[in-house]
Amino acid sequence: MVADSEPVVRSRHVTTFLVIGLWNSATFGAMLDHILLATKKGTIILDRRSGRWTPRPIAHAGMAVSYAARDPRDGTIWACMDNAHWGPALMRSRDEGTTWEDASRIAYPKGARYIEQLIPDPKAMEDAQKAITYKPAALMKVWVLGFAGADQPGVIHAGTLPGGLFTTRDGGESWELNRPLWNHESRGGDLFAGEATSKNQWGGTPAAMAYGDFVPGIHSVAVDPRDSHHIYVSVSCAGVLETRDGGKTWAGSNRGMLNDYLPNPEADWGHDPHFVTLCPADPDRLWQQNHSGVFTSDDGARTWKRVSQQGVAVHFGFPIAADDKDGKTAWVVPLRSDQERMTIGGGMFVARTSDGGASWQTFREGLPQEHCYDVVYRHALDASGDRVCFGSTTGNVYVSEDRGESWRCVGSNLPPVHSVRFV
Amino acid sequence: MPHVTFTRHLLRFFPTLTEGEVPGATVREVIDELEKRYPGFAAYVVDETGRLRRHVNLFVRDEPICDRDTLSDKVSPDDKVFILQSLSGG
Repeated sequence: MVADSEPVVRSRHVTTFLVIGLWNSATFGAMLDHILLATKKGTIILDRRSGRWTPRPIAHAGMAVSYAARDPRDGTIWACMDNAHWGPALMRSRDEGTTWEDASRIAYPKGARYIEQLIPDPKAMEDAQKAITYKPAALMKVWVLGFAGADQPGVIHAGTLPGGLFTTRDGGESWELNRPLWNHESRGGDLFAGEATSKNQWGGTPAAMAYGDFVPGIHSVAVDPRDSHHIYVSVSCAGVLETRDGGKTWAGSNRGMLNDYLPNPEADWGHDPHFVTLCPADPDRLWQQNHSGVFTSDDGARTWKRVSQQGVAVHFGFPIAADDKDGKTAWVVPLRSDQERMTIGGGMFVARTSDGGASWQTFREGLPQEHCYDVVYRHALDASGDRVCFGSTTGNVYVSEDRGESWRCVGSNLPPVHSVRFV
Repeated sequence: MPHVTFTRHLLRFFPTLTEGEVPGATVREVIDELEKRYPGFAAYVVDETGRLRRHVNLFVRDEPICDRDTLSDKVSPDDKVFILQSLSGG
């Protein structure tokens, strides 16, 4: 149990919470009896005890957290702070959420620039023919973290707005921009060196608008558990890129992708993956919830196949979770259309495929079926064994312990949920 | 020397932060001095390009600074500098 108290120590870099009955590292990793929430008002950990999920007092109270995850190699919990006033920052806990400390800040190097994007606004589009303009890059948001495998201890990747991938090789003491990706020909080439040498293919994401600019963002980092040099990153709006040499070279992996909002639906670029993940036990099987439907690949992202259909329940949405053992099983939380972004018919359901997307089953037991306006963001769905969990923008958290077939609300009136991860 | 006052919200991150005299002929120099006194402070106020963060306000006397990009506004020895957060959030 956790003491129902305010933080007992507050000092620079360290916030301590009084915790009684702290879980030990053995149960922490093996049973995944904890759920880590990043919310608009802080970090919340739910503990499963005697079959009940109980939230602890919030950490980082009042401060937005864009993403939180646990490094499975050493148990460090990371929180990506999204403080509107004082800037994005990383905090970490080495004692399972009891105390938190500042990690080094991620910073774009001097000279990092990006090609300014047109805001998707009719007036701005009138300037569509204007000359290329550049902006100096500054970190807006750490959107996601991806942990390398045991073959690369201390290596963590961070996907950010405005579209840079950063890597630490010392457990977060220092971070370095991945220049081959930042300078990729699909982004206009090496803008450190001078003018663009190729056409920029990366568009902005509406998720950046709150930060005052229309820039691309990396929201998914999937590391191949067989080889940490093999990494997929996904960009809104560009698509999936892959490296097989630890980030020295990158190539687009969007063959078979379709988009419904460009003149050429099979274009190499311009795709809007909302989230991309892989099956840890079957890493050549990838899943992608995209703006234009659900896609899967069974050949390591060499080719993609759409496994949803416009107008049918499963199509639009933000998150997707892959089963950790069976590559053909995945879960989504669909929404209505790409315009309204609301529950379908006012009720919420989770859909699961067990045959690689050939068919989907929908499950509603335990979920609200009327007057429901919950939206589940891209990082706010996770699966672990038979357990599935999601959190919504209206502060509800639901858990299933039977592979998504029935659900129980384990938290309501919480802050809007940005990410959910079993830990 | 200019006298610097802070929003109390910064105490959460820098509990020993105290208002007082800080040397500097420009706002940038004042921030640099504060960074020496409170390592890590500057990153809360400016981004890595040196620009004032979007939701931070910095006043000299009663006027918001003009140069939010490089903080080149002049500061006189008898000036008061205020570092505040803007009204935003939800």
